[in-house]
Amino acid sequence: MWKSLLALTAGLLLAGNVSAASAADKLKVGFVYVGPIGDLGWTYQHDLGRQALVKELGDKIETTYLENVPEGPDAERSIEQLVRAGNKLIFTTSFGYMDSTLKVAKKYPNVHFEHATGYKRNPNMSTYSAKWYQGRYIQGLIAAKMSKSGVLGYIGSFPIPEVVSGINATMLAAQTINPNIKVKIIWANTWFDPGKEADAAKALIDQGADVIMQHTDSPAAMQIASERGKLAFGQDSEMIKFGPKTQLTSILDTWGPYYIERVKAELAGTWKSENTWGGLDSHMFAMAPYTNMPDDVKKMAEDAQAAITAGKLHPFKCPIVGQDGKPVECKGGDHLDDGQILGMNFYVKGIDDKLPGK
Amino acid sequence: MQLVLEKRVERSGTIALVSPLIAIGLTILTMVILFAILGKNPLLALHAYFIAPLTDGYSLLEIAVKATPLVMIAIGLSLCYLANAWNIGAEGQFLIGAVAGSWIAVKTQGTDAGAWVLPAMFVLAAAAGALYALIPAICKVKFGASEILTSLMLVYVADLFLDYLVRGPWRDPQGFNFPTTAEFDPVATVPLLIEGGRLHLGSIIALLVVAAAAILLGRTIKGFEIRVVGAAPRAARFGGFNANQLIILTFAVSGALAGLAGIIEVAGPIGHLQPGISPGYGFTAIIVAFLGRLNPVGILIAGLFLALTFIGGEQAQIAMKIPLDVTKIFQGILLFYVLACDSLILYRFKLVFPNREVTRGAG
Repeated sequence: MWKSLLALTAGLLLAGNVSAASAADKLKVGFVYVGPIGDLGWTYQHDLGRQALVKELGDKIETTYLENVPEGPDAERSIEQLVRAGNKLIFTTSFGYMDSTLKVAKKYPNVHFEHATGYKRNPNMSTYSAKWYQGRYIQGLIAAKMSKSGVLGYIGSFPIPEVVSGINATMLAAQTINPNIKVKIIWANTWFDPGKEADAAKALIDQGADVIMQHTDSPAAMQIASERGKLAFGQDSEMIKFGPKTQLTSILDTWGPYYIERVKAELAGTWKSENTWGGLDSHMFAMAPYTNMPDDVKKMAEDAQAAITAGKLHPFKCPIVGQDGKPVECKGGDHLDDGQILGMNFYVKGIDDKLPGK
Repeated sequence: MQLVLEKRVERSGTIALVSPLIAIGLTILTMVILFAILGKNPLLALHAYFIAPLTDGYSLLEIAVKATPLVMIAIGLSLCYLANAWNIGAEGQFLIGAVAGSWIAVKTQGTDAGAWVLPAMFVLAAAAGALYALIPAICKVKFGASEILTSLMLVYVADLFLDYLVRGPWRDPQGFNFPTTAEFDPVATVPLLIEGGRLHLGSIIALLVVAAAAILLGRTIKGFEIRVVGAAPRAARFGGFNANQLIILTFAVSGALAGLAGIIEVAGPIGHLQPGISPGYGFTAIIVAFLGRLNPVGILIAGLFLALTFIGGEQAQIAMKIPLDVTKIFQGILLFYVLACDSLILYRFKLVFPNREVTRGAG
């Protein structure tokens, strides 16, 4: 009995090894996800990118992912497990993986790493992110046009530069339409928590906001806005099905083209450590269709999108005045430079709130 | 004919020994069925879960790294639970320990402070964890407040306090405003035991804690007191044992151990303070404590076993594309069977034949 079981196990294991050998000539590409894939949100969009990659290069590569990897001590092990399983190019798709990715990268100089939204790099570790503030600018224009109360509601996740620059871009755009526009900000201190996000949306609406914007992942705010007959913007994914009469547009993360480009470089042996920060022009993200707005507002949004894509309009065009009333130093010629936006730690004038930690 | 559970006259020693084995056997059987339904080869899947991680050195070390905080916290909790003191807030004590220890690391950053830094961090972390655990203990003893509630609530306080520090005063000035401290200096980092791996001094400390707890419970009067107060409070009172004093003591010890585990995790595998330093260690350790039957050696084994399921689950995800949810189902099923089988220690199955006379009369 034991012998036959052993023989069976051995046979199965050998069979497993054979199939592994035939897959060995394919490039192995690994992904580390911070959440479950689910059916919308940050991780879902990364997995859509992975699926696009498989569709395009499936005969040359094999992809593996680990989902729900916490951004703590477990991350380093998860990344290293992917290395040990033979993955040669590994995408770690959350900011919190930065130091873990760097540690593993230093340990395995022959494996290439790509870390999303961070700022630490290595000869074998790239970073990539998108200029979502461009999308926020367009949303700010739409919001100011559509708001009757002149009060926007903003659900922030964490007061990190990416989120702060989104709020500022929204405000700068809205002020070009309505100089007296107000924004109410609630920090949910989470990326995904439908309960908290719904509470935040209710509180914002109770304070007079009639357009809800969010930097969190769930469609909860969209649903609340829909119930209360207000308007809202989606985030990361298409959320129109949660508010067919509510969603104005949504910033859609579209990682597929970038993933395909990087894997092609890896296959061709031309992969280099880079810092990619792509905007609308490089298709790192897209805007969902402009809905639930009059034609003139839609036209304005489309024009702004075209101008930003063509490089004719920069959301952080100088002069910019800080919350303290002093002008912000203009390091990028006629607009703020990338470093100032990536490290943004101040509110622009007109935001009637205090930045946490300031 | 009916199958009923009947209380045993005495607890069954044999079942107490074999019940974890029955539970593991039933779990494996259930998983085989589940894998088959998923269309995965059950033998290969079980191999990926249980055997593969045990056959290479790297995975063994990772299991030890993962088990280290779980075992340290669970040992402390087991002392509480044995004494009938219900500390549910080890997660908070873990975080407060990490914060207190990190204070020294942050304040000495970039200075030429010497080798005293790490030991001082350990001492401060343990002290802070103990003090934090004393809050619910004293509330319990002085005011009769439920320690289950108060210790649990203090987890959130600790979590938010940590959050405040890394977003505010302790934020890395070079960190683009992201919520983390700068990487700790080498003198503030737990030394690695093996070059290139992640096994660190903390695992040795965990083993020493296990040994100390085994001696405390098996060989000392204090250990006897703890067990008597928990098992037979009335007898303990007649024996002159002070239950309140033991609540204070066990809470302090378990808080200290959780705090120590916290700073070891932060100054070890993580290397800096950030939000989310614990993927729920303080809560998982409760499971470890009970899986290990509140026995130090049992806890060591249970901690390693739970760590194995984490590492194995990850390898199954990579090698066989088995979703993470299956790993969670697996851990849940295991606990379910362990608890179910444990009821056989105090109860037994009995077939009951209905009384025919009565049946006929009723018909």
